[in-house]
Amino acid sequence: MRWLLVKDLQILRRSPLLVALLVLYPIVLAVLIGFALSRGPDKPRVAVLNQVPESGNVISLGGEEIDASKYSKQLFEAVDPVRVSSRQEALEKVRDGEVLAALIVPSDLTAKLQSAVEPGTVEVFYNAEDPVKRQYVENTIEAQVRDANVALSRKFTEVAVSYIDLIVSGGDFSFLGRELDILGLIKSEALLRLAQENLPQTSVARAQVEEVIRFARLARENLDLSDDVLGSVGEPIRVKATVIEGGSTPLSSFAAAVAVTVTLMFVTLLLASGMLALEREENAFRRLVRGLVSRTALLGEKVGLAAACSAVLALVMLIGLALFIELEWSRLPLWVAGIVAGALAFGAMGVAIGAVTREVRAASLLAFMVSLPIAFLALVPSGSVSEGLYDVTRALSALFPFRPTLDAMDAALNDSGSMLGPLLHLLALTLGFGLIGRLAIRRLG
Amino acid sequence: MSRPLTASEPLVAARAEPVLEVVDVVKRYGRREALRGVSLTASRGERVAVIGPNGAGKTTLLSILAGDQKPDEGRISRSPSEIGWVPQQSALYGKLTVAENLRLFARLERRPDVQATVERMLDQTDLRDRAGDQVGQLSGGNRQRVNIAIGLLSAPAVLLLDEPSAALDPRQRQRLWEFIAGLADEGTTVIFSTHNVQEAERHAHQLVVLADGERLFGGSPAELEAAVGASGDFEAAFVSFLHDRGH
Ligand SMILES: Nc1ncnc2c1ncn2[C@@H]1O[C@H](COP(=O)(O)OP(=O)(O)O)[C@@H](O)[C@H]1O
Ligand SMILES: [Mg+2]
Repeated sequence: MRWLLVKDLQILRRSPLLVALLVLYPIVLAVLIGFALSRGPDKPRVAVLNQVPESGNVISLGGEEIDASKYSKQLFEAVDPVRVSSRQEALEKVRDGEVLAALIVPSDLTAKLQSAVEPGTVEVFYNAEDPVKRQYVENTIEAQVRDANVALSRKFTEVAVSYIDLIVSGGDFSFLGRELDILGLIKSEALLRLAQENLPQTSVARAQVEEVIRFARLARENLDLSDDVLGSVGEPIRVKATVIEGGSTPLSSFAAAVAVTVTLMFVTLLLASGMLALEREENAFRRLVRGLVSRTALLGEKVGLAAACSAVLALVMLIGLALFIELEWSRLPLWVAGIVAGALAFGAMGVAIGAVTREVRAASLLAFMVSLPIAFLALVPSGSVSEGLYDVTRALSALFPFRPTLDAMDAALNDSGSMLGPLLHLLALTLGFGLIGRLAIRRLG
Repeated sequence: MSRPLTASEPLVAARAEPVLEVVDVVKRYGRREALRGVSLTASRGERVAVIGPNGAGKTTLLSILAGDQKPDEGRISRSPSEIGWVPQQSALYGKLTVAENLRLFARLERRPDVQATVERMLDQTDLRDRAGDQVGQLSGGNRQRVNIAIGLLSAPAVLLLDEPSAALDPRQRQRLWEFIAGLADEGTTVIFSTHNVQEAERHAHQLVVLADGERLFGGSPAELEAAVGASGDFEAAFVSFLHDRGH
């Protein structure tokens, strides 16, 4: 078996073009998939609970009215809103993966905004299962809230500025239906100066009034400046985000897990299936199994060869990625465990493909044809399809090594959960596909 | 290389020493019977030709002797591990050189001295100056020689060749038969298949005629000629011989 391995490596060394393709293709593909993922799904489903009564949608500020529903409408255009009637229901939908997130607008939001004393808060609950889609929803909601905040704080500023103007310059002001004439700091200062002049030179009050005049001037000068200060204030609406279910993974390291899994999948599947098919294409298979090597050993050699090559490549790729994104080096043994388990499972799947094909070309084509759907199936975000269909995608994904490898790599890179489950899953798939390959090669000779 | 043998030179001395006995071998593919109780005995240094039209069961018979397939019925006196096998399509790695192919299979065959075995095969098959060439770039004749060399790595008592001359030009063919004659002279029993009756007649001591999995004839070329009753065109006479027996 050792000599078969040496022979296969010799063959690979003499096929530089093939090897270059085998290395470059998955890397390019991984990058493309990374791009595609970071763009996020179109219109994710978001549960929306709006507790603000219909009548409370209009905020009146300084005599002007702002229709808050204008911002919620914009938000609803960016997502696929699912109306819910209780907080409980919203959270359940997030937990079940039926929606990507839930947005809860409390009934006191507009009242708080109107009072302009404390900020109103909306709550968002994200499904932690997939950071890619979470980031998309997060961005969408934050963008809308930001728009609303900008508009609201501009209004607040305008109102505040007009109040300050009133304090500085004086004028008419209506409050609770009564017309008030406000004196203003300028006039106060003038009146005080007049009063001061009428006081006797020796009066103690003269010095006291002087102090009040100085205060009035100082206040007027400084309040003039406060327009600018007010302009920069303003986050009337705050977002309180909560992530439900498991830990959260930053997108970049999740993308690294995807890239490693894609690389493992392509390199291992193509190598294992191709090198096994080559034995048959070159007709050597018959000679080998005539007592030189057992069929099981031959399959084992191909799994080992493909897994070793792709694991080395994946590890090098991961180390390369670690230069750009933050990965915890102390978890290196876990990376290796995830990569090796994934590579073995893909290797077993590869020999199953190689066993049912007779030529390298057919094997490569079949490997390509099965791998892309498996990858996309495993990456279907919950909430982007109906619940029933989503369950089907999960069940199908469980039959192939992509999803468990991704879970294992995510766990290894991001501590997003236990690695034991995915590793056992991969072990089971390795044995299962190995058995399929062994049966196929017995039947097809 | 020794000169080619002709039908007028029967193998006498070796007759006494049976090396391989095949008794009533039956092979079925589903309901189809590819071999219907075929028997054959070969002696040391004997050249045996298995002849018959396409689909007669020649490859099936040889691959059963080689251990590549299991017979459904029948008995074979020698274990496949003692029999060398040269399949019709060369079973070689195109990306490896001649020497690398030989070395790989010598190792897999667990030859005691790998390098000495490779050297011997390079000399025996006259491939020394091709040793460093990748097999994928060799001519059909040279590739066939490497294919035969690998069948001979374990110095087997019996060598099986499936249609060894089919893909060769006349000159290469001539060299092949010289090589086979030399091998047999040194004591190796050679069993080859062909659908070319004249070739079989010229280069074999014993002929076994198969048609539709049935053994129609077994004997020396002279005996076949007598049975077929050839006067001028032997090939035509052979075809009518098959025809008369319902094939
Ligand atoms: N693996 C197989 N499965 C089914 N039928 C086969 C198989 N191999 C050979 N046969 C059939 O057995 C018969 C004998 O084939 P073969 O031994 O290859 O003939 P030959 O070598 O004399 O041309 C043919 O009819 C062929 O179709
Ligand atoms: Mg044949």
